[in-house]
Amino acid sequence: MAQLSMKQTINSEPKGKFKAGLVRFYRQLDLQLMVIPALILIFIFSYIPMYGIMIAFQDYKIGHSFSSSPWVGMKHFIYFFNSPEFGTVMRNTIVISLLKFLIGFPAPIFLALILNEVRKMAFKRVVQTITYLPHFMSWVILGGLVTTMLAVDGGSINMLLEKLNLIDKPITFLSLPEYFWGILVTTNVWKEIGFGSIVYLAAIAGVDPHTYEAASIDGASRFKQIYMITLPSIMPVVSIFMILAIGNLVSAGFEDILILAADPAIRDVSDVLDTYVVRVGITNYRYSYATAVGVFKAVVSVGLLTIANFVARKSGNSLW
Amino acid sequence: MRDSLGDRIMVICIYTFLILFAITTLYPFLNALAISFNQGLDTSKGGLTIWPRVFTFENYKFVFKDERLMSGFVISVLRTIIGTITSILCTAIFAYGMSKRELMGRKYYMVMCIITMYFGGGLIPTFMLIRNLGLMNSFWVYIIPGLIGVWNMIIFRTFFNGLPNGLEESAKIDGCGNWGTLFRIVLPLSGPVIATLALFTAVAHWNEWFLAGIYISDQNLYPIQTILRQILLSNIVSETAANLDSASLARMQQAKTVTSKSLSMATMMVATLPIISVYPFVQKYFVKGVLVGSLKE
Repeated sequence: MAQLSMKQTINSEPKGKFKAGLVRFYRQLDLQLMVIPALILIFIFSYIPMYGIMIAFQDYKIGHSFSSSPWVGMKHFIYFFNSPEFGTVMRNTIVISLLKFLIGFPAPIFLALILNEVRKMAFKRVVQTITYLPHFMSWVILGGLVTTMLAVDGGSINMLLEKLNLIDKPITFLSLPEYFWGILVTTNVWKEIGFGSIVYLAAIAGVDPHTYEAASIDGASRFKQIYMITLPSIMPVVSIFMILAIGNLVSAGFEDILILAADPAIRDVSDVLDTYVVRVGITNYRYSYATAVGVFKAVVSVGLLTIANFVARKSGNSLW
Repeated sequence: MRDSLGDRIMVICIYTFLILFAITTLYPFLNALAISFNQGLDTSKGGLTIWPRVFTFENYKFVFKDERLMSGFVISVLRTIIGTITSILCTAIFAYGMSKRELMGRKYYMVMCIITMYFGGGLIPTFMLIRNLGLMNSFWVYIIPGLIGVWNMIIFRTFFNGLPNGLEESAKIDGCGNWGTLFRIVLPLSGPVIATLALFTAVAHWNEWFLAGIYISDQNLYPIQTILRQILLSNIVSETAANLDSASLARMQQAKTVTSKSLSMATMMVATLPIISVYPFVQKYFVKGVLVGSLKE
């Protein structure tokens, strides 16, 4: 009904489309009032910062506006590429994100696969409840827990290692560069493995149970069933999540590193693009330079996402 | 059909692994809980596992008496409640408007939203915007930038589109406008999706500590996570140079039994409490919520 009358208004309006549009807009003013304030907020908090990216190509001075600073072209990018930190930061970013991807990505799939083999529902639910828990904690809390566990004075890990006679004196885990990557990746897996497994468990639940029956009649062992039926059935979901994860690959992390790498002694292995932006940008007020580093990161990210999608399309599962 | 020997071994391995894994996940929490209930000086002797050796409430008394920690707790609670309610409400209204086919400019609005999911200004330009808007050192910096969540809008919109058309038509015939339909018919029917999105929003608010640290310098406006971060950091860097105000330090020395470690563990437990207490009740919702979020890619 409403649509019909609107069409009539448009056709009977001789003064052209624009006025008809205004009339139509006015008629649905209540609807427009639902979305326009939200769009204004999105414009302010998302689009203005995008416009603000241009300070990466300027010499921005505090107190100036976005538009009144001198243009300097690629100066800040070149400066970053030639800075002594570039090599360290790039290496750390790449190594940390690759480690997180190679271990953090398959871990929830593995957990989902073995949880699926548990037939006792109560047991399964208890395990799931426990493994979801860290996902809901802030990195501040988890960092506090990790620090406590690894403490030199009575930390549980050092206690255990001493009891087992594996070490003579406690190790200062969080101050030694050689342990940092391992601690970081372990903590990340610990935080997200349970929550990440939800999606895969749901995907597994969608597999036709007759397939398993048929396989077990044919004499397939449980392991073989996982390998031949479950895993291939969840591959589409796996591949979508893999593309998303690859898009995030240059985000080596941020909160976790800020928190776990509290000791400046391990900066050589902990500094990544994001923490570098915080340090030079917020702490040292070098806004233009830090923005340039941020833009560089975004460009690399888009590139990776495109490559990932290209590979996925070849294998038949793509996002777009 | 009976399992073969190999299958039974595998099942035993799986159960053993899962039990061990669950224990390792839970252990750090229990350890921190034990420390928080243990006398501070005794804790520094080491050797605590999951049971307090010299049981005491001192650490908690200290936390609840500390004005800064309690003010942080109140700020966190306020921020979480106000932030969650306003964000869910504003996003739901937005999503309802966007779910209407007749909305003029709908396609353009949608493109405008989706772009923000892939591109952003990054930390520094956002920081500068917040400063130019005069939101630095204001409680509202916790609320206003997060009022509209595009991802949540898309989930709401999908849900609204799935509601039967007849409901809204009959409301219209009864004289309800769009606003009336939304508040009297649509929102009351959206319980599960509201619960899920509210939970995720609330958790994000409760756990956020970094932006509070850079946008706010007035200590009275810090949420508890940011204060806890400072305590833990001072704890790591040096036991004595605690970043606490001098009054707290004096009281801490008076108490003697409270060390900065036992204090930080007690604070940590207080900062975890709200989530732990709602967690069992909302578990069934968020499992569904994750699926709503992920399968609608």
